[in-house]
Amino acid sequence: MSKIPVKMTVNGRAVDELVEPRLLLVHFLRGKLNLTGPHVGCETSHCGACTVDLDGMSVKSCTVFAVQAEGAEITTVEGMANADGSLSALQEGFMQEHGLQCGYCTPGMIMRAHRLLQENANPSDEEIRWELSGNLCRCTGYQNIVKAVRYAADKLNAQREAAE
Amino acid sequence: MIPGAFEYHRPASVDEAIALLSRHGDEGRVIAGGHSLVPMMKLRLAEPGHLIDLQGLDSLRGIQQAGRCIEIGAMTTQQEVAASELLAEVCPILREAALLIADPQVRYCGTLGGNVANGDPGNDMPAVMQCLDASFVLRGPKGEREVPARNFYEAAYFTARAEDELLTAVSLPIPPAGHGYAYEKLKRKVGDYATAAAAVVLIMNGGTCESASIALTNVGQTPLFAEAAGQTLVGTKVDEAAVAMAVEAAKGIAEPVADMRGPEEYRTHVTGVMVRRAVERALARAQA
Ligand SMILES: Cc1cc2nc3c(=O)[nH]c(=O)nc-3n(C[C@H](O)[C@H](O)[C@H](O)COP(=O)(O)OP(=O)(O)OC[C@H]3O[C@@H](n4cnc5c(N)ncnc54)[C@H](O)[C@@H]3O)c2cc1C
Ligand code: FES
Ligand code: FES
Repeated sequence: MSKIPVKMTVNGRAVDELVEPRLLLVHFLRGKLNLTGPHVGCETSHCGACTVDLDGMSVKSCTVFAVQAEGAEITTVEGMANADGSLSALQEGFMQEHGLQCGYCTPGMIMRAHRLLQENANPSDEEIRWELSGNLCRCTGYQNIVKAVRYAADKLNAQREAAE
Repeated sequence: MIPGAFEYHRPASVDEAIALLSRHGDEGRVIAGGHSLVPMMKLRLAEPGHLIDLQGLDSLRGIQQAGRCIEIGAMTTQQEVAASELLAEVCPILREAALLIADPQVRYCGTLGGNVANGDPGNDMPAVMQCLDASFVLRGPKGEREVPARNFYEAAYFTARAEDELLTAVSLPIPPAGHGYAYEKLKRKVGDYATAAAAVVLIMNGGTCESASIALTNVGQTPLFAEAAGQTLVGTKVDEAAVAMAVEAAKGIAEPVADMRGPEEYRTHVTGVMVRRAVERALARAQA
């Protein structure tokens, strides 16, 4: 089947590639763009390890064809650090609160938590659990993941207040 | 888990999408949110030769009130259904049901049109639409028609939609103010389809049930409109005896198959439990 062009913006960078229509977005990001942050955990749309931010939505990139993302703005975990290269509040939270063990689920957790905090700057623990329910972790028992998101929310809120 | 090869189309208008569907016959398939279709394509349970992406069709998006009806465009996502202030006010069962579908990521992508057009008995919105007496607007080369949700489902993955028709919108009568409602779903975990689920809308007047509508998810080849179960409540105070009759009537039409969610007897039993809980919750919410 002939390849077709796709254009999108990934982590702020314009991307223009030829792809087979059946190429899944996660394979496009990993294989073509060398962005190996999105992980393939299950391939069956259940684990959320492949979650990326696409036009303001958290999306499982194993369940989207790259061609469907034509024109989209995508952020992967590689695009999450601050402009000066330091860790973002969420990344720091996962480190400080031991929000990971093997780390396999972490890029997906961070991308999903990123969108959650965009939509709700001060979620309750209950809301964090609910909003992260599409992301599975086999190691941490989730407690520290919730704490990591809480850490980031508190830090971002404190920064916002200080700026006002 | 690599899907078969296909040609990709992104029509710019509904007419162009219909023309593509007509041209490609059973080789053509529309993709909306893709969150039922892509998993099926990965398993090669679906191998369309032509994929017709509806995402460019803005006319298929949005939630509008038109007199006593609500019209929801087929491409409206489950996330948008759950977040709609209008729906929360006039038809809150839709939000309750939408939030019981899958997980946040899936709800950002999955569309209402895809959920009702798919024809998988596990989908939650079809029974909710039957409960609300919604209709589906279908458009094909010969024009537009409306099919009631209660007549739409023929067998698993077989619906009244013709191959060259697009489901463009869902249209539903606004239930009277003060109606009671509930969608009760038993699932093993987030992201699971129902072991059994029940949608209920109740209208009470002076402590007596004026009308009751009950529909069931995933306990048959299709969603099931449990007409007799609803009828047993009408004219009663929705007391224990009436609820018990409704539960038995609903269980009587359930024909679940044994699967990893449990054997038939268990899933039939759960059907009764879901109906009971949904009726009780709807009653508590109804204004007498
Ligand atoms: C992990 C996971 C868990 C899930 N859990 C649930 C659940 O609990 N409950 C539930 O209801 N669903 C569940 N789903 C399915 C999800 O809700 C789907 O998004 C939905 O069923 C289909 O919507 P879609 O927009 O993704 O459709 P698609 O996958 O794009 O399409 C589905 C089918 O409908 C057809 N179609 C789509 N739109 C139209 C249209 N406008 N006109 C004509 N035909 C059309 C397509 O050709 C295809 O055959 C789950 C999915 C996943 C991945
Ligand atoms: S790899 Fe995409 S959800 Fe698991
Ligand atoms: S840290 Fe190992 S899967 Fe989450």
